Amino acid sequence: MATANIEVSETPLVLYALRRADDALILGHRLSEWCGHAPAMEEDMALANMGLDLLGQARELDTYAAKVEGRGNDEDKFAYLRDVRQYRNLLLVEQPNGDFARTMVRQFFYAAFADLYWRAMMASSDATLAAIAAKSEKESAYHLRHSSEWIVRLGDGTEESHRRAQNAIDDLWAYTGEMFAVDDGERGLIDAGIAIDPATLKSRWLKTVTGIVNEATLALPKSDWMQQGGRIGSHSEHLGHLLSELQSLQRTFPGATW
Amino acid sequence: MVTVALSDADLRRRAWSAAAQVVDPEIPVLTIADLGVLRDVAVHDGHVEVAITPTYSGCPAMNMIALEIELALEREGIRGPKVRTVLSPAWTTDWMSEDGRRKLREYGIAPPLPGSSRRALFGEQQVACPQCGSVDTELLSEFGSTSCKALWRCKSCREPFDYFKCH
Repeated sequence: MATANIEVSETPLVLYALRRADDALILGHRLSEWCGHAPAMEEDMALANMGLDLLGQARELDTYAAKVEGRGNDEDKFAYLRDVRQYRNLLLVEQPNGDFARTMVRQFFYAAFADLYWRAMMASSDATLAAIAAKSEKESAYHLRHSSEWIVRLGDGTEESHRRAQNAIDDLWAYTGEMFAVDDGERGLIDAGIAIDPATLKSRWLKTVTGIVNEATLALPKSDWMQQGGRIGSHSEHLGHLLSELQSLQRTFPGATW
Repeated sequence: MVTVALSDADLRRRAWSAAAQVVDPEIPVLTIADLGVLRDVAVHDGHVEVAITPTYSGCPAMNMIALEIELALEREGIRGPKVRTVLSPAWTTDWMSEDGRRKLREYGIAPPLPGSSRRALFGEQQVACPQCGSVDTELLSEFGSTSCKALWRCKSCREPFDYFKCH
């Protein structure tokens, strides 16, 4: 890489905002990879629009992280000048698009969580986070509706669409547990009323997901073994490839603007 | 150039009316005042600060709108205006003016249904065709040509049309 990575002072609040920003940025980038490749024009627009919502959320969260950190970093530096190990997103969101069913299952698992999470975060004692949550929850609700409809269509569709959707659920299930985990730093924010405890959302998330999956004639895996690591920078091999594309311009032409 | 000393209240009024005429670059029949994107104009020590709020987090029109506001105010002789983005309270289609809804319909975009509650978001919607007025319409796509629109089709006149989503 041609340009040095930035250093980030990860206080609990900075880390908190970066983790959510990275979730939105990486998932938004994944969705943008569909642009021009989706199975239908309507879906091409839908995926790009959802990606845009997520990019907007990422920008707000990154900008806030930069302000809290106060070290001269900004949204662009966070996005373009951190390496894989400095990224803090969930493993779920970095998983490759695969086929359309896999993209929709990934979106569905995340949106069902984000919808609950941001709605609960509107009560944060941190005014900026509460404001970002209020915008994000409306967008997440729309993403959830869209992906839910697709899960039902795919699962209760043809033999092939059912098989592909079920495979995606089986493969991605182990990445869902990370959404509900917190570490000590975040526990402090929860105790201070700045963050909410995602574990309190688990049963409602499971109810939403189970309801749609059942309607789709699909099934959730029995296994409750969950993979973690994204929140501390231990990513799957896929994120590095994603970043090499996302960051290529700034890494090749540092500081380029237009 | 003649500088006229304006009271803060006069300056604010002039700045507001200049900013209020800025149109949405993607829906040029609507001003940012019609949309409810223009939230506030404040004057501190003769300096004007305009507050706007995004419709959607990722709305790419925001940068353009901010620039247009600065230009509109400069044209009014208001030097060095600042444009600030506010997130709270979160924008809702309920802020769209009646005039704005009428202009949208005339432009061929179905205006958002009033009452943008979560129930409206998830419930059954009956959207009237902006061309022929028929309510015999169907959703083609949850997402349309911009973040704020969905794609519908009229089953009476067969015309596809944009619907400004409830939000």
